[in-house]
Amino acid sequence: MSGVFYFISAVTVAGALAAVLLRNTIHCALALAVAFAGLALLFLSLDAQFVGFVQILVYIGAVVILVVFAILLTRDSEAPNQGVYSRTWLAGLVITAAVFAFLAWAVLASLPGLPRRAVAPAASVQDIGNALMTRYVLPLEIIAVLLTAATIGAVIVAMHEKARSK
Amino acid sequence: MAATIDQIFVIFANWVGGFFPAAWHAAVVDVLGVIGIVSVFPALFALTTVLERKGLGRMQNRLGPNRVGPAGFLQPVADGIKSLTKEDVVPFTANGIMHFLAPLVLVVTVFMGFAVLPVGRHMQLVDMDAGLLFFFAMGAATELSVFMAGWSSHNKYSILGAMRAIAQMISYEVPMLLSAVAVVMIVGSLSLPDIVSMQDQYSGVWPHWFIFTPWGFAAFLIFAIAATSESNRSPFDLPEGESEIVAGYHTEYSGFKFALFFLGEYLAMFALSGLGVTLFLGGWAAPFSFLSFIPSWIWFFAKVMLSIAVFIWLRGTFPRLRQDQLMNFAWKFVLPMALLDLVVTGIWRFLGPGWQQWVVCSLILIAAYVVMGRTAFAVKHFGPRRYRYAE
Amino acid sequence: MTPLTAYLLVAALLFAIGLAGALTRRSAILVLIGIELMLNAANLNLIAFWRYGPHPEFLTGMMFAIFSIAVAAAEAAVGLGLVISIYRHTQTTDVDQITRMKG
Repeated sequence: MSGVFYFISAVTVAGALAAVLLRNTIHCALALAVAFAGLALLFLSLDAQFVGFVQILVYIGAVVILVVFAILLTRDSEAPNQGVYSRTWLAGLVITAAVFAFLAWAVLASLPGLPRRAVAPAASVQDIGNALMTRYVLPLEIIAVLLTAATIGAVIVAMHEKARSK
Repeated sequence: MAATIDQIFVIFANWVGGFFPAAWHAAVVDVLGVIGIVSVFPALFALTTVLERKGLGRMQNRLGPNRVGPAGFLQPVADGIKSLTKEDVVPFTANGIMHFLAPLVLVVTVFMGFAVLPVGRHMQLVDMDAGLLFFFAMGAATELSVFMAGWSSHNKYSILGAMRAIAQMISYEVPMLLSAVAVVMIVGSLSLPDIVSMQDQYSGVWPHWFIFTPWGFAAFLIFAIAATSESNRSPFDLPEGESEIVAGYHTEYSGFKFALFFLGEYLAMFALSGLGVTLFLGGWAAPFSFLSFIPSWIWFFAKVMLSIAVFIWLRGTFPRLRQDQLMNFAWKFVLPMALLDLVVTGIWRFLGPGWQQWVVCSLILIAAYVVMGRTAFAVKHFGPRRYRYAE
Repeated sequence: MTPLTAYLLVAALLFAIGLAGALTRRSAILVLIGIELMLNAANLNLIAFWRYGPHPEFLTGMMFAIFSIAVAAAEAAVGLGLVISIYRHTQTTDVDQITRMKG
């Protein structure tokens, strides 16, 4: 594996670790943005250009901004009074270690059986558009309905209650 | 001869690349392209600062800067020296790393956006399959730097300005994307050189620019409004309005970092103008077929300078919009018009060439505009004043 | 260690880190950040299998990843709206203290 892959992976994992370990929530959100950027670079190294750019556009350009707005609206960036880790942090850590051990064992144990092809698949935007309109048109329509419902739902959930009781 | 001058930069880059071994040729040509972008657009930025100040001055019945150099045109040199030698004041409670990184993130992402703009025939730095998507992804990443600047300064006015700026930018991102999608629907490709090639045709003397079609004109207006808002220019510059909120998210920046913010903002304006020119005004194509002997890159920069002149004109003419008026406008007028424009583009394609497509599409767009203007934006009659307190 | 294995291990590591964040932090927003990391790790898995899989011309992995990104964005929006709404009721985002349905 090339040095570029190791560097990008290191940046991504470091960003993810920072996102879950830092004290200040806004620092966590910005570390998450670094992790997303690293993931976008990993997608680009896998020849998935469209997904990589959509990752930057949607995740860094919208989800991180949403998280940051939520942190500011709930005043979560001030210092907490009871520590940042939950009471049950040890159980969580044990479960996480078990999950990672299991996943890593599954990947490494199936090493001989995994495909090895290295030819870059051709995935032009034309092909993606064609696929979305022919083979995947039903998921596309369902996603459209889902996004509409999510938009309306998020607005209703987060609206001020006084406005609704008028 | 005209073709040689047209391609002179490409020929020069390939000639320089010829001195290097064949494996490095492409990399050398790319590096030369990067050097070109990094030198031309900041030079344009320097020219624009003095043109803007002089232009605004004349619109406000006063001379602009006129001391430094002939008629004041060496003002950017004086501004540069001032910015570089001013003391870099960082507030004590500011978040050091974020405060330092915010202008860097802005400038880096904005420069990356220039990589896909076709400055002339065969003169784009990278010809990506999804070039337009890459440009919008870089535009979305600039919002993060605005937030970093506002929050790291640990200043009420900064964070307010940053919140307003981000809310404004995400509100106008959707109409901007939709108006670009209308162009993509007709061209069938996300690659910017393809979009320009499709506008490089002439019927007789008249060019096939997309602005000269009904759907293209509406999309261009939507894109222009959204671009003015995305680069926080007047009349949408409440996040940085001096009389309202000190200087918004770059209050606590001085010296070189402020110069970087200034540079980033103007470069964003250039990038968006460049994209608007590429999508709607024919990119590097000449307006009339008999003017094609003038090199393509001259046409591109002429059109971009025209867009910048219009931006400066808007700044000197319109009063600032209040934040809620701005967001109202975005979600209740511009976004529905953008969606309608997509439908009209589909109808245009469906009706095929002929007089029907012109009449039907124009009528739908004009009727929608008039109806929405009369109903949604009619003059409100005000009742007794209601007070709403912050909680 | 084939390239595919390397990508799958990175994805597993990111998934574990996201799970750790979702299980061990107090703030509800950090739980959501952990969930986003887990979804991204799954996306990386999908794209890696698409790239090194037997039928890349069907674009299945890439389509799945695109839809996953769309669903994750919608879920983040609704989840954060819920967090804001809960904060208005209980003035806290500490998940250890939002125990009203307990017992």
